[in-house]
Amino acid sequence: MRRLLLVLFIAWLAAPAAGQAAPLSAAEAERALLDLAGEDGDRREAAVKALGGTADPKWLEFLAAFRDGNVFSRVKAGKTEVLVGGAKSTQGDQEVIELKAPYDGSARGSAPLASLKEVAADRRLRVVIKPFLDADETRTQLADPDPGVRRSAAVKLGNQAQPSSAAVIQDALGKESDGWVRHALAEALALVQLASGDAAVRAEAARTLGNLHSTTAMPALRALAADAAAPAAARAVAARAVGQIERWSMLTATVETLFQGASLASILLLMALGLAIVFGLMGVINMAHGELMALGAYATFVVQNWFRAAWPGAFDYYFLVALPVSFVVAGAVGVVLERGVIRRLYGRPLETLLLTWGASLIIQQALRLWFGAANVDVSSPRWLSGGVPVMVNLTLPYNRVFIIGLATAAVAVMYWVLFRTGAGLRIRAVTQNRAMSSCLGVRAGWVDATTFAVGAGLAGVAGCALTQIGNVGPSLGQNYIVDSFMVVVTGGVGKLAGTILAAAGIGGLNKGIEPALGAVFAKVAILVAVILFLQRRPAGLFATRGRNAEA
Amino acid sequence: MSTYSRRDFLKTSLVAAGAGVAATHGLPSLVSAQSKEPIKIGVLHSLSGTMAISEVSLRDVVLMAADEINAKGGVMGRKLQPVVVDPASNWDLFAEKAKQLLLQDKVAVVFGCWTSVSRKSVLPVFENNNGLLFYPVQYEGEECSKNVFYTGATPNQQLIPGAEYLMSKEGGAYKKFYLLGTDYVFPRTANKILRAFLLAKGIPADSIAEEYTPFNHQDYQTIVGKIKRFSSGGSAAVLSTINGDSNVPFYKEFSNQGMRAENAPIMAFSVAEDELRGMDTSSLVGHLAAWNYYQSVESPQNAKFVNAFKAYAKKNNLPGGDKRVTDDPMEAAYFGVYMWKQAVEKAKTTDVDAVRKAVYGQEFLAPGGKVKMHENNHHAYKPVLIGEILKNGQFKVVSRTKGLVEPEPWSKYTSPDKGCDWVGHQGTYQKKA
Repeated sequence: MRRLLLVLFIAWLAAPAAGQAAPLSAAEAERALLDLAGEDGDRREAAVKALGGTADPKWLEFLAAFRDGNVFSRVKAGKTEVLVGGAKSTQGDQEVIELKAPYDGSARGSAPLASLKEVAADRRLRVVIKPFLDADETRTQLADPDPGVRRSAAVKLGNQAQPSSAAVIQDALGKESDGWVRHALAEALALVQLASGDAAVRAEAARTLGNLHSTTAMPALRALAADAAAPAAARAVAARAVGQIERWSMLTATVETLFQGASLASILLLMALGLAIVFGLMGVINMAHGELMALGAYATFVVQNWFRAAWPGAFDYYFLVALPVSFVVAGAVGVVLERGVIRRLYGRPLETLLLTWGASLIIQQALRLWFGAANVDVSSPRWLSGGVPVMVNLTLPYNRVFIIGLATAAVAVMYWVLFRTGAGLRIRAVTQNRAMSSCLGVRAGWVDATTFAVGAGLAGVAGCALTQIGNVGPSLGQNYIVDSFMVVVTGGVGKLAGTILAAAGIGGLNKGIEPALGAVFAKVAILVAVILFLQRRPAGLFATRGRNAEA
Repeated sequence: MSTYSRRDFLKTSLVAAGAGVAATHGLPSLVSAQSKEPIKIGVLHSLSGTMAISEVSLRDVVLMAADEINAKGGVMGRKLQPVVVDPASNWDLFAEKAKQLLLQDKVAVVFGCWTSVSRKSVLPVFENNNGLLFYPVQYEGEECSKNVFYTGATPNQQLIPGAEYLMSKEGGAYKKFYLLGTDYVFPRTANKILRAFLLAKGIPADSIAEEYTPFNHQDYQTIVGKIKRFSSGGSAAVLSTINGDSNVPFYKEFSNQGMRAENAPIMAFSVAEDELRGMDTSSLVGHLAAWNYYQSVESPQNAKFVNAFKAYAKKNNLPGGDKRVTDDPMEAAYFGVYMWKQAVEKAKTTDVDAVRKAVYGQEFLAPGGKVKMHENNHHAYKPVLIGEILKNGQFKVVSRTKGLVEPEPWSKYTSPDKGCDWVGHQGTYQKKA
């Protein structure tokens, strides 16, 4: 999107510029550039103001490059020269950058990056640059084909609440067709009118803002409602608008909490699903479940690096490859674990517990040795960064929406496999009565291996998904294993439905009480609730009754 | 009485000589001046367990400083011999290992600890045995031990300047503050001080929010939602004392819910270069931090320090090799070793009481610029730098204090009646009203 913006920006620059600029003489421009390359903060600021004050698109383009850290200086024959960087390439072992002159953009050859000094814009200068670029950018952006860009431009205009922008907004409002952008423009216009204008206009603006549920306007509306100098009618309108917005905020907060609960529940469900299958169906207390998740997360990391090196163009799609890869990696380790050791210990839960715990330590230390003790960096693909606006003041992050979808899909697939396929039938048969199913020709050993592999693979998928919200480090598994067991035990061993319900319950309850109690006490409250619940129903939500062979 | 053979005589005199050398703080000036025996220094940093991520780098940099000093002839002609122990992120083990260093290895000085709880656990050991500890990490203050030198920042050398910057015009003139931290002693005390400071500066109480999360917290949905509501209408900033691991989920959620550094900047007090290693920094760019040193500080001695550390890491095959970075606690650990060296050379002995007095007012040209130990309160005068996080995990300095800031172990905002002075008083004392 940023690239698109840039293209449009350049396209707009190519169009004949509006002629209200205060032009700079060549000498003045030269001096401003040299000041910019200097160290003196005040002179640098003055230089930025001089360049920005021209409102000349070419200088604004230069300032944009300056803000992005793309302006360099070099000393040539005793004279400091300021240049704009272009495309970078690697020649031999040094990075080479193409150079252009500022303003006219004429090519100035290329030079190794190491020979140049970056003319960096610090925070102070960026604060100065911002209004210059904003003024122009918003105008461009209001005509952008992407509604998201138009919307954020409108929000920006509203926040600034400059009387001069009313005309621009009205103009844009006349052409706009997208609902969200229209909303943002109307809000911006009302904000501008609320900040300036006579009493009647302000009252009308306050009414509009109330109808638009604008939280941004809250401080201004409150001020108006409390302003003794304003006419009583306007104050009453403002007070009513404040009430209206407050009610809307409560509604969005409720929807937000519901979504957050669903998101946490889906994460818990993803983590617990593999465990529920291995623990619930096979009776193996798999303490290495967390480390299988860590394996999935590291598999994602490896796939990411692989994409970065081999297909940087397709980087955004690495995650789609990483999902199955992490399933396979964790599943393969699961098979090795099951065939190697666990199968010798079926029916002896305490020994398997000890053994899988040992396995978890081995996997953890192996990861530490191979990848190092520090966390590794997994970047989010662009389609999982940011969020989608669904209501006024409510943005749902894509990564969380995706995980909710993934958890739903995983559960659906598990149900389908267990209850609609032959393999699932055999799994259920072995679970219920191993000896009898063996007699009937089911290869119990093979079924065990498959079940364990699927459970481990699901842990891998969970690990892969978790890279998008948390850290990836050797101790990743330990952070999640307690929550996973909590969900499975609360849900009732051996029942998928119980696991789903427990995840939803714990997630929803946690997010429901967190706004009031804070994160620390919410966690404590959840644990207390689970303990109390298990006191009442030790077998969990759905107790398995009846004819279990082991029972 | 049996005959006293020559052999016995030799044996006892050897033992006596050995004891004299080992107990360097017993009979210092007599023995150490002549002997060329190495001086033992203790290194007490966790090399395993949860804190290893941060503390291993401190061990590396202390050993590098010892190497450098040895290459230049050591201290008073004697080489330094580091004794490295691993307290394994276990607070009880810290005390045990400290005892071992002081009583068994008889080290002249110990460089160590990161967390406040580990420092509190070794404190009685150092005080009862009159040992000497150099503690290199920024901390919550409210401590003033005779046997510890604190080379990291006190609250007024990090927290207060960070908040002041955000309140200044240059920093954005923010008027509402969200104090967010992990639930343990440093964030709790830090936020207590910050709140007192903000109230003293005229920020109304309802413009300050405070919130804590458990260790390893991953789910910041609710908190970011709250910050969003808190900052609607603008001019709100977040002051974060979130610890290590939880930062990635926090910053990610922050940017995914559509918040930008321009809307509400996050000023972090616990995120340094070493933590940014292995983080996807894309969602952190533009946010701020307050420290006394950054790897990006431009000075000849810093360039030397950074290059020396990278070369040291590569030469000794440390994980990360020449991709390693330096940060604030590492710099504090590094100049701590030199402060001690200078004090020993001034006192001409390693005796703890003599060295302690020699440390007062000692100056050193550290990588981040000149630092000076306080004349009586065991902390250091330091510059304060506000940095902005860049894409490559480095910081860009956007503001720095003029000159050095005097350390205040007892914040004047929360304990205005208390001071720390080991020259005119016996440590912590009550100021007269």
